[in-house]
Amino acid sequence: MAKLGLVVDLDTCVGCHGCATACKQWNTSGTIGPLSDKDPYGRDPSGTWLNRVRTYEVGDTPNSKTVHMPMSCMHCEDAACVTVCPTGASYKRKEDGIVLVDQDKCMGCNLCSWACPYGARELDPQAGTMKKCTLCVDRIYDEKLPQAERQPACVLTCPTSSRVFGDFDDPNSDVSRLTRERGGQQLMPELGYNPVNTYLPPRNKKVVESYQIKPSLGATLKQWVNKVITR
Amino acid sequence: MNSVKTDVPCSLDAQLLIDSVELPEFEAHDKQQTKYTTCYMCACRCGIKVTVEDNQVRFIQGNPNHPINKGVLCAKGNSGIMKQNSPAKLSAPMLRKPGTERGAGEFEIISWARALDILEKRLAQIRATDPKKLAYFTGRDQMQALTGMWASQFGTLNWAAHGGFCSVNMAAGGLYTMGHAFWEFGDPDWDNTKYFVMWGVAEDHSSNPIKIGLKKLKERGAKFVSVNPVRTGYQAIADEWISIRPGTDGLLALSMVHVLLRHQLVDEEFLIRYTNSPQLVVNTPGVKGDGLFYRRAGEIQIWDQTTDSFADARRTDVAPALFGEFKAPDGTPLRTAMSILLHKYLDDAYAPENAAKECGVDAETIERLALEMAQVAFRETITLDIEWTDWAGRKQDKFIGRPVSMHAMRGISAHSNGFQTCRAIHLLQILLGTIDCPGGHLAKPPFPKHVPPGIKPAKECAPNTPLKSPPLGFPTCPEDLVIDAAGNPLRIDKAYSWDAPISCHGLMHMVISNAAKGDPYKIDTLMLFMANMAWNSSMNSAQTLEMLCAREDDGEYKIPFIVCSDAFHSEMVAYSDLILPDTTYLERYDTISMLDRPISEPHAACDSVRIPVIQPDRDVLSWQEVMIEMAGRLKFPAFTTPEGERRYEGYKDFIVNFQKQPGIGFLAGYRGADGSKSLRGEPNPRQWEAYEENEGFFEFQLEPNQRYMRHANRDYMELAKEAGWVGSTDQILIELYSEKLQTFRLAGQGLYDGPMPTEEHHKERLVKYFDPLPFFYMPLEEQRIDRDEYPFHAVNQRPMFMYHSWDSQNAWLRQIMSQNYLFMNRVAGEKAGIKELSWVWVESHNGKIRAQVKLMEGCNEQTVWTWNAIAKKGGAWGLSKDANEATDAFLMNHLISELLPAKGDQQDRITNSDPVTGQAAWYDLRVKITPAADGETGTWPLFSSHEPLPGAQASPQMLSYSSHKNVNLKRPMLDILTRGEK
Repeated sequence: MAKLGLVVDLDTCVGCHGCATACKQWNTSGTIGPLSDKDPYGRDPSGTWLNRVRTYEVGDTPNSKTVHMPMSCMHCEDAACVTVCPTGASYKRKEDGIVLVDQDKCMGCNLCSWACPYGARELDPQAGTMKKCTLCVDRIYDEKLPQAERQPACVLTCPTSSRVFGDFDDPNSDVSRLTRERGGQQLMPELGYNPVNTYLPPRNKKVVESYQIKPSLGATLKQWVNKVITR
Repeated sequence: MNSVKTDVPCSLDAQLLIDSVELPEFEAHDKQQTKYTTCYMCACRCGIKVTVEDNQVRFIQGNPNHPINKGVLCAKGNSGIMKQNSPAKLSAPMLRKPGTERGAGEFEIISWARALDILEKRLAQIRATDPKKLAYFTGRDQMQALTGMWASQFGTLNWAAHGGFCSVNMAAGGLYTMGHAFWEFGDPDWDNTKYFVMWGVAEDHSSNPIKIGLKKLKERGAKFVSVNPVRTGYQAIADEWISIRPGTDGLLALSMVHVLLRHQLVDEEFLIRYTNSPQLVVNTPGVKGDGLFYRRAGEIQIWDQTTDSFADARRTDVAPALFGEFKAPDGTPLRTAMSILLHKYLDDAYAPENAAKECGVDAETIERLALEMAQVAFRETITLDIEWTDWAGRKQDKFIGRPVSMHAMRGISAHSNGFQTCRAIHLLQILLGTIDCPGGHLAKPPFPKHVPPGIKPAKECAPNTPLKSPPLGFPTCPEDLVIDAAGNPLRIDKAYSWDAPISCHGLMHMVISNAAKGDPYKIDTLMLFMANMAWNSSMNSAQTLEMLCAREDDGEYKIPFIVCSDAFHSEMVAYSDLILPDTTYLERYDTISMLDRPISEPHAACDSVRIPVIQPDRDVLSWQEVMIEMAGRLKFPAFTTPEGERRYEGYKDFIVNFQKQPGIGFLAGYRGADGSKSLRGEPNPRQWEAYEENEGFFEFQLEPNQRYMRHANRDYMELAKEAGWVGSTDQILIELYSEKLQTFRLAGQGLYDGPMPTEEHHKERLVKYFDPLPFFYMPLEEQRIDRDEYPFHAVNQRPMFMYHSWDSQNAWLRQIMSQNYLFMNRVAGEKAGIKELSWVWVESHNGKIRAQVKLMEGCNEQTVWTWNAIAKKGGAWGLSKDANEATDAFLMNHLISELLPAKGDQQDRITNSDPVTGQAAWYDLRVKITPAADGETGTWPLFSSHEPLPGAQASPQMLSYSSHKNVNLKRPMLDILTRGEK
């Protein structure tokens, strides 16, 4: 048994959308795919994405901060999306906690996406079924992939290594350690779904002390004296 | 696959009922191939590992072994599938239909045989008569070693790539100061730096390496300061954001210099050993020779404190005076370059309290930042105990690191004061002693080079004759200008003329404008590769379209023939006469060459290749092959045997067998007959295969003693000379004081023994802007408009997920953004009565547009900005006519003139560019913002759409890409029956 999930580091996410397109790329040919795109070259193109990056500003001029927030399925321990599913298509795997949608059983009723407070589920406009993050279940157990690549596509690609995958049940895993050491937070825990993924808050700003200047020095050209330095 | 929980044999039904099932085989790995090549979604050149099945791309991922991206990949790289599958891919050569108007987009498909014949005849005629009538300009390509050589062999002066509107200020600023530069020629020492300042980096240049680097800084607890008027992208994670007023970075940097000098916080040993700051400068204002170095028997002199006498500056057994005024034996007054520097920057003009007024950064912050840098440089010094030998052969027992580093790009580069601003930032780095030391700014092989690199631009061209040197090079004095005896420009873009004397990347942004005017002369053929000059890559786009279609009185087009090679249906295609469809990046052979701008990292010389991973399904030919084919047909000497036969069968053959010097070719790796030699060696007939076996790249690690202080490191310089990167092992002396710039200034003053300008405005520009020491001046547009009438700066940046890509029709990336807004600071908006999502007129001296506003907090209050190149023409790029890019998005380009704002003086017809380098000054733009009247909504201007090209694939209404039939993971029946409960 395991509790698989992601840690997302908001201290280093620059909002590049690499995770979003890596996810789209892998999963469109993956177990949950294809991920369809409606009007891909037309007006208001809208496709199915399992991971989107949202950008916010916090605080007012001149003290604002920009925050990039990648959002995907949190693989909640008490997943309302699973509870509300009338066909049994949505389920949470016992062996690793991954929340999945069995595409053969989904009838596209949308109840799960209404139940999800994280906006993590998207209805595929072509298939008419619900698509969501699989934690790349079709990568992480694939023994034909090199060991280091048995990770979700978003984690593999993240240029700032702001995404970490692992087992939250293992106290020695990177995800557990980072969550512990960096004060990782669940998103909207008050809703009670007990999301597995955590977000690491931005670190405190680095403070560098100033060079201690001698008050007697400075100001004019004349105070510079030649030192004997050999070339 | 995953371990099975039970191995008890059971029927299918029973299998569904057990607690856990074996995972199905999601991927048919035995039907897939893994191939390695180099990404081309931008200029970053990451290594990619591509999984292919049935000639379809399954997955593109970063190559974990690659020196540039180390396994990671950005949003563009991950969207390569949609580039490969774009319906806008050109499918066959095309010719504008006879009798139709250029720009109408009516074409007929022709064969490659006919296309190449048409091109050959045209080019042969030009080459045999007046080769400069061919203007050949390329866009975001990375093959300038080949295209430049081709132009040289053709014999036209009129060749350049897009550097003139991209980064020439950064390249020239670095190469004329310290022999390397930001971005392609240097990097911060991400592994050791403790204090990092990022100046004007608009989510770009470069992509993944900066992101990897920033992560390292954050993990290590280094401080990251960002200087940028807009807080997006990288700036979001900066420890400190400096909301600077655009165009004033040079003043900020020099004010920090002022603080350092006032407190005597400079690395004097570094200055004396590695820079020209102790050299003696003649101080005779108004007299010939003023500002030049004092020489005896041809050698520049310093004042040796040991012997109290003049001495050759290159000697090593001297103790040069860094400061002071002296007199030559003939009475000529002299002073050290450092004394001039002190005098200049200790001036009150650069005091923080005065700089603050212009920069919008308060004086305390300027002072504090300078002192923080000094603290890290001088109190948190790093020492690496590695023995190395300096240029004079002296053993040194350690490298001393001053771990302050910087990176700067577009926000510096795209201003008309960018060259001097870039020099100002380098000055700051140099005073702190942070050049090529641990924790500082590191050069990347084949850099550093001597200051500047020793190539001079070609000046003469003659029929059927190659140029004597490349079309682009590095002038060091007015004699090197590419002008005629009367002082008129010889190049169509007026590069290397008095308008922009050291325009080392050319001025691609002026080509269409000048050619349409016949100024300085008319051309016959404009040949463009991968450059969207009919749209977002031009300043003044709307008028550029008119120029492309302008006719003479006799009905002939002012630009008689336009050839364009592109893989996609760009806006430029419709304005071309002959279209040569290129391959995509996944379909071609290509080199990212050591002769050009290779992919080296600071501690490794690296280059790479592209190898096809997909077979094209269209009648296309890579531009590389077209170049080699034309070179053969036109019998360019370097491409022809003494017997008059073709020397190379094609591109691959050329790359393997061409040698620039004995043993040196386009690719530095796997040379020698058996592939065992690196950097230099005879051609290896299996070189392509060797690259393929090595995942598409070559990496040559420098020894630990060759990794730092390379400008003065004999161990490194000997290697560099052997590899052909430098011409000698002499020390690369850092030029804080540029005598080369001073020669131009003297020409402006009428005090030069050589070419001098005759027109007053040229003289004034040389005197003012060719300061041998970096200085701050107000950007030219700001100087020539009424600052009160146009109160806002207007800048633009490319979003990270489209940075440097030329195919924003990408079906995935355009879902992230297909419309841009005019962003402005909320407080500034409220003051001006401008509301969120309201429509406004944005007006510059050059024109006006209507755009929709979004208010934000993280934006300088005197700045408005937008995402650039989002707007497209309907029908281009496979887009529908009502695509958001065509109907809602807007280009800021319409507001930017390629010429300086008119004031009724001689500068009216001069390029809107840096007066030193000719870098397009597209960040100089100033605008006024007025709310649109009631009922005035929608983007303006809008443009007509393009019709589909013959043979074009229709764009799908629905796209469901998969490289194979997707394998569903079924939920086990027991799990359903128990609703997941035990």
